[in-house]
Amino acid sequence: MKAPALKKVGATPVPFRDSRLAIRNLGVPTVDAVMVEERAAAFTKRSIKTSTKLAGLKMAVAMCDLTTLEGKDTPGKVAYLCRKALAPADPKYNLPSCAAVCVYPNMVKYARKFLGDHSPVHIASVATGFPSGQYPLRTKLEEVRRVVGDGADEVDMVIDRGAFLAGDHAKMFDEIAATKQASGPAHLKVILETGELVTYDNVRLASEIAMQAGADFIKTSTGKVNPAATIPVTLVMLEAIRDYFFATGIRIGMKPAGGIRTAKQALAYLVMVKETLGDDWLTPDRFRFGASTLVNDVLMQIAKQVDGNYQGPDYFSLP
Amino acid sequence: MKTKTKAVKLSAKRAMVTPGHPVVPLKDRRLNFGDKWDYAPAPEDFKSYVIAPRHDLFINGKFTAPHSGKHFDTINPATEEKITEIALGDAEDVDIAVKAARRAYEKVWSKMPGRERGKYLYRIARIIQEKARELAVLETMDGGKPIKETRDVDLPIVAAHFFYHAGWADKLQYAFPGRTPRPLGVVGQIIPWNFPLLMAAWKIAPALACGNTVVIKPSKTTSLTLVRLAQIFQEAELPEGVVNVITGVGETGTAIVKHPDVNKIAFTGSTEIGKQLAQMIVGTDKRITLELGGKAANIVFEDAPIDQAIEGIIAGIYFNMGHVCCAGSRLLVQESIYPKVVKKLRDRIQTLRIGNPLDKNTDIGAINNKPQLEKIRELVQSGADEGAEIVQPVCQLPERGYWYPPTFLTGVTASHRVAQEEIFGPVLSVMTFRTPEEAVERANNTPYGLSAGVWTDKGSKIFKIVNQLRAGVVWANTYNKFDPTSPFGGYKESGFGREGGVQGLAAYCRLD
Amino acid sequence: MNRLDVKKTYKLYIGGKFPRSESGRYLAAKSPAGQHLDNFAHASRKDFRDAVVAARVAVEGWGKASAYNRGQILYRAAEMLQNRAGELVNEIARSTGVTSVKAKREVTLAIDRLVHFAGWTDKYQQVFGSVNPVASSHFDFTTPEPTGVAVVLAPDEPALLALVSLVAPVVLSGNTAIVVASEKFPLPAATFAEILATSDLPGGVVNLLTGKRAELVPHIASHMDVNAIVDGAGDRELAAKLQAGVAINLKRYFNRAAADWFSARAEEPYRILDTVEFKTAWHPIGV
Repeated sequence: MKAPALKKVGATPVPFRDSRLAIRNLGVPTVDAVMVEERAAAFTKRSIKTSTKLAGLKMAVAMCDLTTLEGKDTPGKVAYLCRKALAPADPKYNLPSCAAVCVYPNMVKYARKFLGDHSPVHIASVATGFPSGQYPLRTKLEEVRRVVGDGADEVDMVIDRGAFLAGDHAKMFDEIAATKQASGPAHLKVILETGELVTYDNVRLASEIAMQAGADFIKTSTGKVNPAATIPVTLVMLEAIRDYFFATGIRIGMKPAGGIRTAKQALAYLVMVKETLGDDWLTPDRFRFGASTLVNDVLMQIAKQVDGNYQGPDYFSLP
Repeated sequence: MKTKTKAVKLSAKRAMVTPGHPVVPLKDRRLNFGDKWDYAPAPEDFKSYVIAPRHDLFINGKFTAPHSGKHFDTINPATEEKITEIALGDAEDVDIAVKAARRAYEKVWSKMPGRERGKYLYRIARIIQEKARELAVLETMDGGKPIKETRDVDLPIVAAHFFYHAGWADKLQYAFPGRTPRPLGVVGQIIPWNFPLLMAAWKIAPALACGNTVVIKPSKTTSLTLVRLAQIFQEAELPEGVVNVITGVGETGTAIVKHPDVNKIAFTGSTEIGKQLAQMIVGTDKRITLELGGKAANIVFEDAPIDQAIEGIIAGIYFNMGHVCCAGSRLLVQESIYPKVVKKLRDRIQTLRIGNPLDKNTDIGAINNKPQLEKIRELVQSGADEGAEIVQPVCQLPERGYWYPPTFLTGVTASHRVAQEEIFGPVLSVMTFRTPEEAVERANNTPYGLSAGVWTDKGSKIFKIVNQLRAGVVWANTYNKFDPTSPFGGYKESGFGREGGVQGLAAYCRLD
Repeated sequence: MNRLDVKKTYKLYIGGKFPRSESGRYLAAKSPAGQHLDNFAHASRKDFRDAVVAARVAVEGWGKASAYNRGQILYRAAEMLQNRAGELVNEIARSTGVTSVKAKREVTLAIDRLVHFAGWTDKYQQVFGSVNPVASSHFDFTTPEPTGVAVVLAPDEPALLALVSLVAPVVLSGNTAIVVASEKFPLPAATFAEILATSDLPGGVVNLLTGKRAELVPHIASHMDVNAIVDGAGDRELAAKLQAGVAINLKRYFNRAAADWFSARAEEPYRILDTVEFKTAWHPIGV
């Protein structure tokens, strides 16, 4: 079959179509690895005690995108997840529900069925050929339209890392823009898969492109690649969000995902958000944790704070 | 910043995308570092450490009452409360200490094989590590330094200095090719109040490793931890007289410098005092090394990794309340990024936590002493009088104690006093430059030459600038890093001689 | 009728030129037997001031010259010295009254010493510099670099050998020097300067003042643009005055009067370290 002839660009010429040059010239700053890791380590050294700890842990619960992304996911497993998200622990702890559940496209309709139409818990779905993104744009967009149609409030897309690393930033940009359009009213989280971008410079640049292309959130990882979220990588992304805010007035959200398993880790992330972007980002609207096992460790710590004794995992329901 | 809006036009498809976010108007684009989630107090425990009501001199391996019979109070600068009493040593005490050091030098220490000397230093290093938390707490109480710094910076480096130099004790011949190094004899050391224990380690460890004996005097306001270190020497069974600690005042130090049987003087402190000491030893054969003041330039180029550069600027000037001789107190920013840097600095200082030094979340502790606080105030006022704009965070200072908020001044020129004089406090003077040549010229335009910083992502530029800066330590894309293997010391009026590294050994050896 | 000799007046050597003293003063050099040899310039404090300016100007270029290039130039100076050894031997012999055999010994040793030090220009950084294994993720290295402008005071004798032994380790690293020559026997030093002027050594790298040390010493000590003093004069009283200069601007002072300028110890590379500063540079290691 003959390839279709290239469509002529219409009346408006696009002068900077080659993003490789254009974006590099934007002055996206470089990142010094050693210093950014040093700064990141400083956040982990904050001592979070008593009332601060309890407030932070409750905030972490509310920021959780409770996640199941397995080949063996079933409607039954999704039901567990949804219930846990709605009521993470005993009512006596007076906890908020989690921000969202995060599931594969085929599970969205079951989640919607379980949560109903007016749930405080959002439904997020990974889409766009998760986790690799190595699929045709057409099928990716089709997926996006499907999950939104099935009731997803949030779309967690993956970027085309291949395109980014090959220098085709325009392709990455256009796919995000197209996905944003296809998402309609759903919020778009753009997963950079920082473990595959490897350098902080790449993370910073990819964050910038994602935000310009229409991301509502930028997200570190799929959870399928090691390393997933780290504090320094998240810091680099938060700094990109900060500069984007100053430049455009738009507050983009941040979602570290993968590898955050303990309450202590979660608190360090919150410290970082507080000290990098300030109070306006200390809300589930702008900060999320993508995690499957984090929530119960956070709950155990909350129970310890409230009840005063060390907890055991048997007393907390599995998602 | 405006270039980023250009990027929106990057792709034709962007036009179709509606972000769906409220756009905050330019004037309201501020970060809000409020108390939505504030940190509860997290004080380090200090009550479990017993502080004796009175501390004597440490001479010839024993704690000895001072000849004067007098003691003076040492206070906690964060509370102005008395901590304990410290012995006031005088010339008589110094003389006894020097005699003890001479005896120890001749009878024991200079004769001891290097390997054995090294083992004492290793032993001391270990005990310091074991007692690190206690020493950190005492250092914080006595000096006002935040516990996170004494715990994570001072004490680890103190131990590292003893470890590093312990290893040199039996390897000195490899440090000086073609020559045989010999110890100098009795070394008189005078250290400042900004890093009391750390400076003691910088001075004592190489002196002992090279086979010298020591008479050391701490600053009047920060004697406590050095006296504790003397207890560690006892515990390590260091032979008596090898290290003698004479606490006291300025005259006590003078007595050490003037003592005829002291072979070498090592001083860290102000350039003014350094010059006086240099004058005192004229006509003698005493050797001297001086680590003095500084007014370091921290140069930020437009191609710097900007957010890390901001961290470097912060670390450069607000580390240890700016009581750092190598503090990056003159910020030279390339004009093209000046507004951006100032905006980021404004935000960043708002997140610095000032208050109880014993609180583990405190970034900025107390100013070490009242005269210093007054000097800082006076110099900042001079900056304001000369037309600079003062930028400080919104913060509440404790009512008692000596405090100064993290501050920077914009609109500073090279002719402002705040651009020339060492403030030795948490005060940064921000200036601009246009070209690399100008940056270097301005950086070098000072009688000092201790340190400098340079921030750029371009390797070749770093080497060029590093090469041209007249400073003993140049931090490129980092700042205020210290390591026992890395020599430290200044050019010009920042003193002479190096401490640390193989080069630092030269100050404590003569070469046969 | 006997031909009348042409008498020469020895001048100062400043910034590559041979000025008379701005003061117009002269002194007479006499042989040990009291015979008048020649006149030489009696440098004033203003001549010293001019020499510092010339030396400061020269630091820029000399310090930037590659180590290899400085080595070549110093070796070239040794070549010139060798070529005109006879002249120097004669100068030493008539000035000091030693036999020409002894004078020759001094001259040849001075030449060899210059050759020796010429070889250090591209080696001392390697021997005395270091890469420091710091515990953090930083590349950290220390290199010696020239301190700037140094004043060198030569002893009375051996007038040539001591001067060469003192000045070579100063200038080889890239410093420039103002040399105060032997007061008693200035002519060999002045001749040495004339030879340097015909070598490739840039003007201002070595500047030579003849005259009375004691007159110059207070101005040397107090000068704010002098970085170091290397004092080989061996005068205790003057040494103390020079040392007091440390207290003025922290200029480095080293008393390097040697017991025996003919011994190998007068050739030691550690003297290079007197007029260098160790610079330590840190840089992160990361991607």
